[in-house]
Amino acid sequence: MSKRSNEPFLWMLFSAGGVVSALLMPIHLFLFGLAFPLGWLDAPSHEKLLAIVRNPFARVYLFVLCSLPLFHWAHRFRFTLYDGLQIKHLNELINVFCYGGAVVGTAIAAYLLWAIA
Amino acid sequence: MINPTEYLPRTYQARVSTYWWLKRWAYLKFILREASSVFVAWFVVVTLLQVRAIASGPAAYAASQEWLRSPFILALNVVSFLFVLFHAITWFNLAPKAMAVRVGGKRLPNLAISGPQYIAWAVISAGVAWILLRG
Amino acid sequence: MANRITLEVTRYNPAHDEKPRFESYEVPLRKEWVILDALNYVKDHLDGSLSFRWSCRMGVCGSCGMTVNGVPKLTCATFLTDYAPGPVRVEPMRNFPVLRDLVVDTSDFLVKLGKSKPWIIRKVEKPLDEEYFQTPEQLDEYKQFSMCINCMLCYAACPVYGLDPLFSGPAAIALAQRYNLDSRDEGASERMDILSQHDGIWGCTFVGECTKVCPKHVDPAGAIQQYKLTATMEWLKALVLPRGTGGE
Repeated sequence: MSKRSNEPFLWMLFSAGGVVSALLMPIHLFLFGLAFPLGWLDAPSHEKLLAIVRNPFARVYLFVLCSLPLFHWAHRFRFTLYDGLQIKHLNELINVFCYGGAVVGTAIAAYLLWAIA
Repeated sequence: MINPTEYLPRTYQARVSTYWWLKRWAYLKFILREASSVFVAWFVVVTLLQVRAIASGPAAYAASQEWLRSPFILALNVVSFLFVLFHAITWFNLAPKAMAVRVGGKRLPNLAISGPQYIAWAVISAGVAWILLRG
Repeated sequence: MANRITLEVTRYNPAHDEKPRFESYEVPLRKEWVILDALNYVKDHLDGSLSFRWSCRMGVCGSCGMTVNGVPKLTCATFLTDYAPGPVRVEPMRNFPVLRDLVVDTSDFLVKLGKSKPWIIRKVEKPLDEEYFQTPEQLDEYKQFSMCINCMLCYAACPVYGLDPLFSGPAAIALAQRYNLDSRDEGASERMDILSQHDGIWGCTFVGECTKVCPKHVDPAGAIQQYKLTATMEWLKALVLPRGTGGE
């Protein structure tokens, strides 16, 4: 009788990140990555954006937007490296790189969003 | 595994090629779907850089706007947008497979699960756009 | 339409050959023929040494799975005319060791199927004269997964199984779900211990090819994703209630 894997925890993070990326990222990427730089729509002024990021709810929203998708990437990329490139002997390294990277990114996001004046 | 015998000295086991994912369109689509996660992570980086620029003041913000207009970054973001869109669509379409919801003894059709997600996607996107674009 | 078509068939004799090679056979192109008919024509008239598995020739026994033009198919259910003017490439199922010609060693699948405990597990068996009652709705919950004919086309299609020999594979997990969802079964927890592992359900990355090639529309990919959801719920329950609910 083997102990059940703790993979569900990682799968939940992956799923949550997948939902956040699917629902929120397209519009954000469209606006900030395409529409504003290309001038299709007027970019909001700096004062307005500063006011938005100062708002505590906005900061929580941005934290979710920046951390969960990283865990989504970590899980998917880990399996892609594992299966796609057949380098499963580097299993430990892959896990550290992927999930560690997501943790580091989350910490950076937390710091940046916390430290807004 | 069958032990070798006089009449069956060995079996043949094909090695899986490193390029197995190029052999069939379905496999390539799968790998592209998985690769979309890289572009998702890239946009997190872009967002964090934007947040940092906004927090640092108008000059930093203007510089980040310039950076986003540079050809290479713009091209990368076009590609990223397409991949993120691909991720969203494949995600909403696959979600019903994981959820066998039964109502009154019959399983709900896939659209009953994916439909609301598409609607939520539209509503949320409109909401975000409104917050950012209103005067 | 021409009345002949060429088959390019894998030949492999382990006593002589280092690796498989192809041999071409020209067979009649009859509109009602399937690939299996063409192979039997080769064996009857052209080359009696060609070896391949088949039995029912009507898509219920699961014996005749092979790779046709790169796609896993039941050769008794695949029409020759679909490949006109040809040539048609017939190879053994992928991801299994080749014993000879088109015959593969399926013992790995049988081991993995056994791991899933694909039978009704009861804590206490009912006496022989007592029935297990089941409503049509209860039957409906698992019926789709019970249609599996163990043809292993899903294993041939699954890239994860090809890359990771330890992976349990689509059919074994779908059949575990078939019993988990059966109202007469009480073995879900036992199967969860075995399958909620990396070489069980968590190795699956939802490529979805298994469902695409399944000739009986079992949807093993769906079964696995549902199983992942169930396993996650169980994991959360165990987190919140470490001693369990006192039941299992």
